Amino acid sequence: MRTFDIRKDSWDTIRKHENENITITGCLGERYIGCGMKDGTIHIEGTPGNALAAYLDGGTIYVDGNAQDATADTMNAGLVAIKGSAGDALAYGMRGGKVYVLGDAGYRAGVHMKAYEENKSILVIGGRTGSFLGEYLAGGIIVVLGLGDEDEDITGYFCGNGMYAGTIYLRTNKTPLNLSDKLVKREVTEEEKNRVLHPIISDFASVFSLSLEHCLSSSFIAIEADKSKTYSQLYAAV
Amino acid sequence: MNRRYRIRKDDSCISCLRCARECSFGAIEINNGNTLSFKHDKCVDCQRCVSFCPTGAIYITEDENRFRTNSVFSDNDIKEILLQAETGGVLLSSMGAAGSNVPIYFDKLLLNASQVTNPSIDPLREPMETAVFLGQRPEGIERDKDGSLIDNLPPHLELKTPIMFSAMSYGAISLNVHKALAMAAETLGTYWNTGEGGLHGSLYPYKKNTIVQVASGRFGVHETYLNTASAIEIKIGQGAKPGIGGHLTGKKIIGDVSKTRMVPEGLDAISPAPHHDIYSIEDLAQLVMSIKEATDYKKPVIVKVAAVHNIAPIASGIARSGADIISIDGYRGGTGAAPKRIRDNVGIPIEFALAAVDQRLREERIRDRVSIIASGGIRNSADAIKAIAIGADAVSIGTAALCALGCHICASCHTGKCAWGLATQDPELTKRLDPEKGAEKLVNLVNAWTREMKEIMGGMGINSIEALRGNRSALRGVDLNVKELEILGIKYAGE
Repeated sequence: MRTFDIRKDSWDTIRKHENENITITGCLGERYIGCGMKDGTIHIEGTPGNALAAYLDGGTIYVDGNAQDATADTMNAGLVAIKGSAGDALAYGMRGGKVYVLGDAGYRAGVHMKAYEENKSILVIGGRTGSFLGEYLAGGIIVVLGLGDEDEDITGYFCGNGMYAGTIYLRTNKTPLNLSDKLVKREVTEEEKNRVLHPIISDFASVFSLSLEHCLSSSFIAIEADKSKTYSQLYAAV
Repeated sequence: MNRRYRIRKDDSCISCLRCARECSFGAIEINNGNTLSFKHDKCVDCQRCVSFCPTGAIYITEDENRFRTNSVFSDNDIKEILLQAETGGVLLSSMGAAGSNVPIYFDKLLLNASQVTNPSIDPLREPMETAVFLGQRPEGIERDKDGSLIDNLPPHLELKTPIMFSAMSYGAISLNVHKALAMAAETLGTYWNTGEGGLHGSLYPYKKNTIVQVASGRFGVHETYLNTASAIEIKIGQGAKPGIGGHLTGKKIIGDVSKTRMVPEGLDAISPAPHHDIYSIEDLAQLVMSIKEATDYKKPVIVKVAAVHNIAPIASGIARSGADIISIDGYRGGTGAAPKRIRDNVGIPIEFALAAVDQRLREERIRDRVSIIASGGIRNSADAIKAIAIGADAVSIGTAALCALGCHICASCHTGKCAWGLATQDPELTKRLDPEKGAEKLVNLVNAWTREMKEIMGGMGINSIEALRGNRSALRGVDLNVKELEILGIKYAGE
């Protein structure tokens, strides 16, 4: 595995090796790392800048620290794993692949994620998220575990507003703050937990060497669009 | 209740029942296998039955039953109130702004011609350049140490004629329409635009003439999509519905549309109103650069905005964001579905927006950093040439292109029942358009416009379209007030 120091090695040089197994050290806000990458593995030390892994089309990006805004923007495939927290607009318009954040995520995480047949976007956040989580969700799965914050609200305001497909799973008993009346909240059964959440969370736990039992302990709620209140009802065609 | 048109037939009808088979709105039905019955309230006046009646027996007219005339509340106003009282719904319509008193300023602009003092040019005899290049211009000439020129030209688009096809999404229109546009663009040496619904795999071969769009819903956006294009357009807004997002009715989300967009079949698909990763010019710059990173800085990036009140400073911000081309869509721009109140009341006409933007960018000395595409109600070659004289590098046409393919502007795209097989996904209807024949018509239309533009330019003594760009001395106004002339930067006729 080659190691590059982003302060010394030119960005053009690093990009040529993007599709190999490399480590980038000394990151301090450098933008667009892994942008449009198709395969390979990048280990990032330090704090990468905005638009990390935008349009990611395969491969793996590990961040041994925090990530900033617009991480995994319009990502298509692959894995992004962040050992710290992520900034705002995480996984916006994501179409497939997996984004794991061990810490917290900022505002607007998972807005308008999608899924279609074998492409399924999965976003797992170990800590808590800010407001507007999963707005306009069109498909895929968002899981927020709230590890260590079991007594707190683990999402902010407007969770899932405008979503029309997909599911948001929250490891809490608390109904999200000001939950829209166009959404439904339900308790997750043991069966669904085993079938849907177990495979996702066991992968998440193994990436960050966490205890799966702890992550899966306590009950989950699921937020979904109320199928009886679709957008089409808002309109009258002239 | 909501009847607007009346269907009639005269006695030349031979009861072939063709009209009923052509009607996709259920306005003409067959009774007992051989007689017709008319459901007037379902008619949208798309003229499909009229066009296909072999004996010319069928007539669609405005319903002569009117509400009592009132100088404030029109017939339409009352009908809309009744519909909303019934449904509680936001009025949804399509195509461009209609029925308002906003003037079409192109009609108040007149073009110049040479007489005596300078000769006009005959385009049949002399070469006339209509090619334009869209993208940033280099800031200066660079030479290496031997004095040879260094190619520092940023990526650009080369158009053989300054007319391109506007963004219309797969979903809003059918795959056959996309195919016709792509084939025509290839033949014409211009570009078509995918709109926000992604690009069907079968159209990848038209890459050289394709502009792909990235809108707030990010439908169908992935690395291969970005690289299967000559340019990438970030859609911030469109003239028909500035400030609000896209809306594709669930009726149109079937099969490959669902797959290309990655949204569930049958559910209305929403594009958020803003891009939630763009809350500032700095964020826009970031998206522009991330697209350039993903495409290796080989493709120009277009930013499309609706013409709104502060369009000049907005355009200035876009020009400084790293974008290569600004596309401005005016008040009259069309759509496949938009709330009617937004469509008819939000935004400003393209003529003013274009003049204000061109002026502002020149004053700030950044006009050469970007090219400008103008759209929103370009109906003919004269509109196109006037837009260029005001300050556009090129124009794009959407509604006019659909008309070439059969559209009669019945503004029912949002119903998904388009009888001309354009704004629909119903396989029985989409097959009404043969893409090859459609492409031929589009090519004819754009070639005809280009010829007309050459004649107009020749008459003015101009032999290159680039010499006309922003050349407002070629325009004079009639029926305009002082303020309008000032914003348009033109003189009154006779001055």
